[in-house]
Amino acid sequence: MLTAIGFATVYIALKSQLSGGSLGYAVFFFGLYLVAHIVARVTVPLADPYLLPMAALLTAIGVTEIYRLGPSNAFRQGLWIVIGVAAFGATLFSLRHDYRVLERYKYVFGVTAIFLLLLPWAPGLGETINGSRLWVHFGSLQFQPSELGKIALIVFLAAYLREKREVLAQGRLKDWGPLLVIWGIAMLALFVTNDLGSALLYYGIFVAMLYVATARLSFVAGALGLFLVGAFLVSQGTPHVRDRVTNWLSPWSTHKILCPINGQMELRQNCQSYQQVQSLYSIGHGGFGGTGLGHGIFTGRSGQQVIPDLNTDFIYSALSQELGLVGVSALLLLYMAFVLRGFRIALAATDGFSKLLAAGLSFSFAFQTFVIIGGITRVIPLTGITLPFVSYGGSSVVANFLLVAGLLLISNRANREGAVA
Amino acid sequence: MNTQLRHVSVFALILLAVLIGATTYWQTWAKADLAARKDNSVSIIERLTIDRGKILAADGTVLANNRRTRKHGLTIYTRHYPGNDLAPQVLGYATSAGTTTGLEQTFDDYLTGANTNLSNTFKQELDKLGGQTVHGDDVVLTLRPDIQRLALDQLAGRCGAVVVLDTKTGAVVAMASSPTYNENLINQPHGYAKIGRIQGTCGEHTALQNNATVGLYPPGSTFKMVTAAAALDSGAYTPSSRFDDPGYCTEYGQRVSNAGNPDQNGPEAFGNVSLAQGFEHSINSVFCNVGMHIGGLKILDYAKRFGFYSVPPLDTPPSESNASGLYKYGKHGRRLWTPTSNNEIDSGRLAFGQFNMLATPLQMALVGATIANKGVVPKPYLVQKVVAADGSTVTKTTPQTLGQAIKPSTAAELNQMMQLVVQGGTGTSAQIPGIPVAGKTGTAELGLGSVYDAWFVAFAPANNPRYVVAVVVEKQPNGFGGSVSAPIARAILEKLLHR
Repeated sequence: MLTAIGFATVYIALKSQLSGGSLGYAVFFFGLYLVAHIVARVTVPLADPYLLPMAALLTAIGVTEIYRLGPSNAFRQGLWIVIGVAAFGATLFSLRHDYRVLERYKYVFGVTAIFLLLLPWAPGLGETINGSRLWVHFGSLQFQPSELGKIALIVFLAAYLREKREVLAQGRLKDWGPLLVIWGIAMLALFVTNDLGSALLYYGIFVAMLYVATARLSFVAGALGLFLVGAFLVSQGTPHVRDRVTNWLSPWSTHKILCPINGQMELRQNCQSYQQVQSLYSIGHGGFGGTGLGHGIFTGRSGQQVIPDLNTDFIYSALSQELGLVGVSALLLLYMAFVLRGFRIALAATDGFSKLLAAGLSFSFAFQTFVIIGGITRVIPLTGITLPFVSYGGSSVVANFLLVAGLLLISNRANREGAVA
Repeated sequence: MNTQLRHVSVFALILLAVLIGATTYWQTWAKADLAARKDNSVSIIERLTIDRGKILAADGTVLANNRRTRKHGLTIYTRHYPGNDLAPQVLGYATSAGTTTGLEQTFDDYLTGANTNLSNTFKQELDKLGGQTVHGDDVVLTLRPDIQRLALDQLAGRCGAVVVLDTKTGAVVAMASSPTYNENLINQPHGYAKIGRIQGTCGEHTALQNNATVGLYPPGSTFKMVTAAAALDSGAYTPSSRFDDPGYCTEYGQRVSNAGNPDQNGPEAFGNVSLAQGFEHSINSVFCNVGMHIGGLKILDYAKRFGFYSVPPLDTPPSESNASGLYKYGKHGRRLWTPTSNNEIDSGRLAFGQFNMLATPLQMALVGATIANKGVVPKPYLVQKVVAADGSTVTKTTPQTLGQAIKPSTAAELNQMMQLVVQGGTGTSAQIPGIPVAGKTGTAELGLGSVYDAWFVAFAPANNPRYVVAVVVEKQPNGFGGSVSAPIARAILEKLLHR
């Protein structure tokens, strides 16, 4: 409770700095958090008490920055958070007795994962944004199904690997078959839709969970080798991917090159790597202490936004500029604390499915953060993906609330059994 | 499974820790490099939204301020120079794209408010957090606009430069470079190209260049001040040392004739004269013999004491100043050359400022100032103080010296000799009724027939010197130091001393 109040004060302080009128938002989100908290107390009383406040704080930081970048988007994000909390409550409530029933429906989850991944490909539904076909339209709502597919895939992998972990080592096609088929389709779907970020994320989750289940480093090595070979082949064949790698290795060019975006001769930093480079400028400008919330420079001389996708994929560059090294380090420490609690739950869990599920959820959380921030900070090639809880985007928010719900369920069960024993 | 779980959790935490490391890199180590990039939109906007400090002349005249415009919710400041063509080479410019030169470059930190005292830093930070405009500090110069304008008018479009120093403090009272240009062209479309096309009467496109600090000219007979200083200070000669002037001196078995010396007045052969008379009438044969006797290295040694062979310290960027000295021409243009033996030097010609000697107007002004200042070289400066937006003084320049170049007694003797030049020698056109003026003419041969660089270095009042003026006018057909440049120096000294 203390932490909750603490977070709330921080949140209110942040909000009031922007404008007094936005205090309503703060009160509303705090109320929403209380609802989520009460639901959690009732359904999973023994669950880890830190995860939800941390998730709420991350959400609050996200909404605050989204509000700062465009108040109208904050309202929509608010709606999505309501939906996310509802999904969170519903999940906790329906699975409060024993979530392990999910194990029985593993193939349903596997197929669902593939279905969700292929959905943007379906004619009429999908929409291509920034060269990637990863959005689905339902009326006026935009939805990115790969976020939910991620959760489904983790559930499938946890259930399947729990069952087959002993026999996988024998290397029989019968055991590896379904795993590889589902995996292969997932990867294909991702490359077809050009959603490289998700592909990388899925692959990372797959490898990590495989390792947890089998303890075979050789599998990890093999998977990494396959990945490198695959990545090389793909980068040779797909200009989209090749560009990403070039932008990563040398975002600044000293001479003009043909810019595929406008067909003219441009420096690379004014063309393909524009977003990456301007994002680095934004981060650099933040320096140690940041400019302070609301004082970052995000619009150019003619009033246009300098960095496209600033409130989704690039929200970290916005945060880095306004909060500075101090602020974003705190943010990353928060992510680390969240991940640490997640893995503690996995360690405390008593059965294989729970362990694998908790590990998968926690690792996906950490790895997703790494893929996007690592891309922005030029640690790895940049691939568009959302920053958990912080980025603007409905599907991402809902998926992450489901992720927390899952971890809380596992934690509740582990603590109950620990108390009984 | 717990072992693997631990491994994976450690791996996950390492991944996140790497992100902190990467962010630290961009926000600390790489920060300055990123900010300096030309395509950095954040830097561009930040620069435009800073109310850059003003640059003021000594009397408070505004030389640089800002024009304020508001669009797309941003208040943008663009540089404006009310003085137009008054001192563009000294002020330098600050463009919207972030290029700076001159004082705009060296004082950029103050002008943008990035470098202030402790209480101001705190205030600036509060302003930033409060989203208020950052007001830079104002830079107050030592330049006097009236003298600066007079100098430009006197140069009248002819290529050259005028430097006026306060002999006691080293404060730069005027620093005019011609041809000049209207600085407001810089922030206009194609302005830079327009400036590039400006040419003075000498036909050179040097409007952007500060001739006073960069321009290297053969000093001609003005260099006799340095030679005479070496001759007297080393004890080898006194002002009354006797010479026989047959109209030439013999060096390397050949005659170096006075006849070629456009600076000399009077008869071609003076016969028996003193060193002081040789100085007064700028007799080359006298100095040729002095040079051969004391040796070129000795002369260069004294030149170094006056500041030759090093870039004179000034508030403008060091890259916008040249060191004076012997220059050699090679494949990559000219470069400063330090000989190690007298055999390498044509000592006789060096003594009267020819050979490979090149000097800037600022350096020659410093030679004059040193003689006026009893042998002490004053440190020249352009900025007297930096004032914060709230009126408090951020820094204030204390006049400094660059050391004792010659004995006070030598300086007094040189002062006397320089007064003779104006009283009855080559520089009589610099006379001001009621005020004793000390000076030295120079008419440097360029190897272009009867086209000369005309020099005059003078200080006044000679009995209690206050100002020194160095004038060079380039490529004057039949124009001599005494006829072309001495009147300019006189006009300036007159205005400075007759209120």
